Amino acid sequence: MKLVLSWLDDLAPGLAPTGTDPQPLAERMTALGMQVEEILHVGATVDGVITAKVLRTERHPDAAKVHRVWVDAGDGVERHVWCGAFNMSPGDVIPLATPGTRMPDGRLIEPRPILGIDSQGMLCSARELGLGDDHSGILILDGATPLGLPYGEALALRSEVVFDVDLTRNRPDCWGHLGAARDVAARVGVDLAPGPPPLAPTGDARSATVELVDGERCPRFTTVVLSGIRVGPSPEWMVRRLQAAGMRSISNVVDVSNYVMLELNQPNHAYDLDTLGGHGFRIRLARDGEQMTTLDGTVRTFTADDLLICDAHDVPIGVGGVMGGLDSEITDATSVVALEIASFEQTGITRTMNRLGFRSEASGRFERGVDPYGIERAQARFVELLRETCPDLVVHDGAVDARHESLAPRHRTTPVRVSQVNRILGTALDADSITGLIGPIGYTVERVDGDVLTVALPSWRTDSHVEIDVVEEVARHHGYDTIGTAVPNSTMHGRLSPEQLRRRQLREVLLGCGLSEAITDSFLHRGDLGRAHLPDDAIHVTNPLQADEDVLRPSMRVGMLKAIAFNESHRRRGVQLFEIGHVYPPGDRSTELPPEYDGLSVAIAGGDARDAMALWREIAKAMGFGARVDQGTVPAGLHPTRSATLSLGKDVVGAVGEVHPDVCDAFGVDERVAWLELDLSRLLAVAPKIAQWKPTSRFPSTDLDLAFVVPDQVAAEKVDKAIRQAAVGLLVDLTLFDVYRGRGVDEGARSLAYRLRLQAPDRTLTDAEVTQVKDKVVAGLAKLRAVLRS
Amino acid sequence: MDSPLSADVAAARDAGLTRVAASVTLDELAAVDAEVLGKKGSLVVLKTRLGSLGTVDEKKAAGQALHAATQAVTEALTVRREELRRAARAAQLEAERLDLTEELVGPRRGHAHLVTQAWHRLEDVFIGLGFQIAEGPEVETDFYNFEALNMPRSHPARSGFDTLFTDYHGPLAEEGTVLLRTHTSPVQIRVMQTIEPPIYMVMPGRVFRRDTPDATHMPVFHQIEGLVIDRGITMAHLAGTIDAFTKAFFGGAFTSRLRPNYFPFTEPSAEFDIQRPDGSWIELGGCGMVHPNVLRAGGLDPEEWSGFAFGFGIDRMARERHGIDDIRDMYSNDIRFIEQF
Repeated sequence: MKLVLSWLDDLAPGLAPTGTDPQPLAERMTALGMQVEEILHVGATVDGVITAKVLRTERHPDAAKVHRVWVDAGDGVERHVWCGAFNMSPGDVIPLATPGTRMPDGRLIEPRPILGIDSQGMLCSARELGLGDDHSGILILDGATPLGLPYGEALALRSEVVFDVDLTRNRPDCWGHLGAARDVAARVGVDLAPGPPPLAPTGDARSATVELVDGERCPRFTTVVLSGIRVGPSPEWMVRRLQAAGMRSISNVVDVSNYVMLELNQPNHAYDLDTLGGHGFRIRLARDGEQMTTLDGTVRTFTADDLLICDAHDVPIGVGGVMGGLDSEITDATSVVALEIASFEQTGITRTMNRLGFRSEASGRFERGVDPYGIERAQARFVELLRETCPDLVVHDGAVDARHESLAPRHRTTPVRVSQVNRILGTALDADSITGLIGPIGYTVERVDGDVLTVALPSWRTDSHVEIDVVEEVARHHGYDTIGTAVPNSTMHGRLSPEQLRRRQLREVLLGCGLSEAITDSFLHRGDLGRAHLPDDAIHVTNPLQADEDVLRPSMRVGMLKAIAFNESHRRRGVQLFEIGHVYPPGDRSTELPPEYDGLSVAIAGGDARDAMALWREIAKAMGFGARVDQGTVPAGLHPTRSATLSLGKDVVGAVGEVHPDVCDAFGVDERVAWLELDLSRLLAVAPKIAQWKPTSRFPSTDLDLAFVVPDQVAAEKVDKAIRQAAVGLLVDLTLFDVYRGRGVDEGARSLAYRLRLQAPDRTLTDAEVTQVKDKVVAGLAKLRAVLRS
Repeated sequence: MDSPLSADVAAARDAGLTRVAASVTLDELAAVDAEVLGKKGSLVVLKTRLGSLGTVDEKKAAGQALHAATQAVTEALTVRREELRRAARAAQLEAERLDLTEELVGPRRGHAHLVTQAWHRLEDVFIGLGFQIAEGPEVETDFYNFEALNMPRSHPARSGFDTLFTDYHGPLAEEGTVLLRTHTSPVQIRVMQTIEPPIYMVMPGRVFRRDTPDATHMPVFHQIEGLVIDRGITMAHLAGTIDAFTKAFFGGAFTSRLRPNYFPFTEPSAEFDIQRPDGSWIELGGCGMVHPNVLRAGGLDPEEWSGFAFGFGIDRMARERHGIDDIRDMYSNDIRFIEQF
């Protein structure tokens, strides 16, 4: 919303006298919740821009987009300027920005050469001078304008200071200058100027009838007939203000209509009474599929939830509160108008606006909430303003004020407890100080009954209903910055939950293992799951940003593979990534929400299943994860002979191995990819056993290297277990240090070489004891058909 | 005739000392040691001739001379050994000279995502301020995301959230009621429903908006939200907590201010800004006193309990700290980006 300072000062004299620094006022408004984003100086003269006459123009053979212009700034010196606009002819008077000029957008004009020829300044468009949006060509001034004058002086410009204000939803009143002026005037301590004289009929009875068919959507609809109108231009001051507020001047009648809206937040419409069918209005919901051509020339189709303004013959002439029909405009010939000002139900406006994909100055205001009792003042103001250009204006008797029972009562009150104000704000205010803070903004304390105030709510604050709404008004006008600070006297101890702590530990382990953290997209393309050989049952987004990117990930694998492919394509092979994040499998759809869980995924490009297993072992050891590796079940999408599921009891809690080469191919990954995924919701929920101290022996240890030929069908895990069993008591460390297949080892078997470190807690081992261990291990492994290699 | 024993001792000693002095390696020296002082060493063998001497005095004198000679050689050996060892170590050290800037690839640590780094820093500051951490689902119901937060079906503020809806629905629910949470605030309600006050919680997490990605927006981003509910909590506690956070996270020279704003779930509502020591402001996030309707939705009596909530973006913290001008880079998973931090 653009608020013009001189306008605010008209409404609250003394609030912003011309010539005062606007910055303190801007800060006050921001402190009240009307955030001033920018202070604009509209129509300000720009020092260094002077009037000049075009002498001649000339194209340069090597410059297609610019031409050469020679101008005279009244001093008889011929100046040469390059110019990209071609709308001027010799004799035209134009604004010339001389070298050294700082333009409103911050640009410095310098003699910049093109093709080696200097430009002695720049010819300006209206937009470049901050005079509006016109950038179609150079601003051509009246041919009689003296040359060499500062252009502001030549144009008799008066600049306006404008606040560009970001308004929140709970301040519908500030969409008119009056609302903003009222709020800040209360804070500054100046009074509002009196409103216009009340509307009084000056002519015979002439009415525009109103039939409220669907009044729930339009609780109030008023008309008043005005005659003696001569359509023409608006006074200069009004044109300037409208321009400063971002609106173009059209004609006196349209301008007054807009002016009233911007001043009082009362959208209104003047219909030509002579062309209004049946000289009246009918307000009803549309029929499904009903069509009308709107003001912007578009044929629009409506639903039974859209409110139409029809003429008395039921012909649609406007969309209620949103926009007019193509034929509803007044013309130069109009002399009698029906001024319509109405109030519309907010949520219906929103629905229609969303359906039409159209937002107007009026609909935006009605959506936020317009004062249903501000209509009288708006009518009076309309007449007052229009009289300036139409001295013969007649206000006809017979004004119509149609109301529906859903119209909010004018007088609304809420009880407000002084104690509650202080309980929420931490203040020590009494009834008097509260009354003093909110009275000037229209919240009238009607009765004080001990702790309880009866507060009348202003009709323009359609957002205000209950006690807490008033507490906020007290806070705003007391000042957020004077509420003070205190630190809660908490008995709580700050800490991470055990699961959160374990998740951090897991991250540290992964980082220490050299893995870097990725965050991949939560949305997958259609077909991604199929390409990953994963079940394609997934949750879909019904209104995705990209139509084909609507799958909520049930697994992070797709995102990780895409990340690896991306890095490979940038010549970064061998990346090692992990991600900890939520995945959203659909489950069996029997629960209110899907079985979303926190997962870990690891992808090591260029690694193989052994790397994945080694990492799993390290993680499991560090975190105390007790899951079983089951190579009997191959997880979907992984390498069928190099992968395993991880299970805890009966539940699958992860997978380890390699990504299926077909899947790698499908995602354009050309390295092998070691893969590990874990369900952290399950694994982190289990508190690990806390490691208990085992004394280390002071006696020497002995290493025993044994290689066994073991059939392929026997898992090394079993061999490992058998060795541990056979050597129990003396074995302190066991490592598999070589796996060999080939010459000297039977087909269908491999050699597994282990190093056993033996040590007793209380003595040095004898050769005989070591031999005994060896014999027991050999005997134990014989049951697994593992034979000691000689 | 044999030469007198004393002359042989002197000769053996002198020969030994000469050889010790002439030794240039530790191995040579060890050989000298063995040949002079070993079992059959040139000095040791002379001991056998002591018995052939006539008088006790002669024996004593010769014995002393032999001992003195042995000592002299032993001492010379020790000194020479030390000299040679030093020289050898010095030579070794010189030979091992290494240009430490000839760096080969070494062990590489992994890099935590920038969002995680900021997330953890924020959590840690709030833990220090006495908060615990709560989390909740990212796929949420309309109830928790909107309705319980004082935004019933027709509430106009809903349209400002650009919500992504899903086709998921349980057996009892209508279609279109399960969505991707647009903020972390639903966790507030879940916390109120499960934990008895006092509540001092922060709630970090991933949130979703139907926003086309650009330099400052992602459809998926991260927020952290705080909720305090206790007896006697006032807006002054809100301002004090925001200020304590500001100083703990940014530094003691930073200050904060509240200014009025609007959120459906808090009233009074505020925007909080942080002022840098140079006087410039950062608009950080939103906050306010928990709306009575929200307390009720969380199963708490607004006459007994009061509280405040605040929230802001995590991604932006990371972006501003590291001067990242395009947020999309943070989610590129480009290892060249990740390894920078």
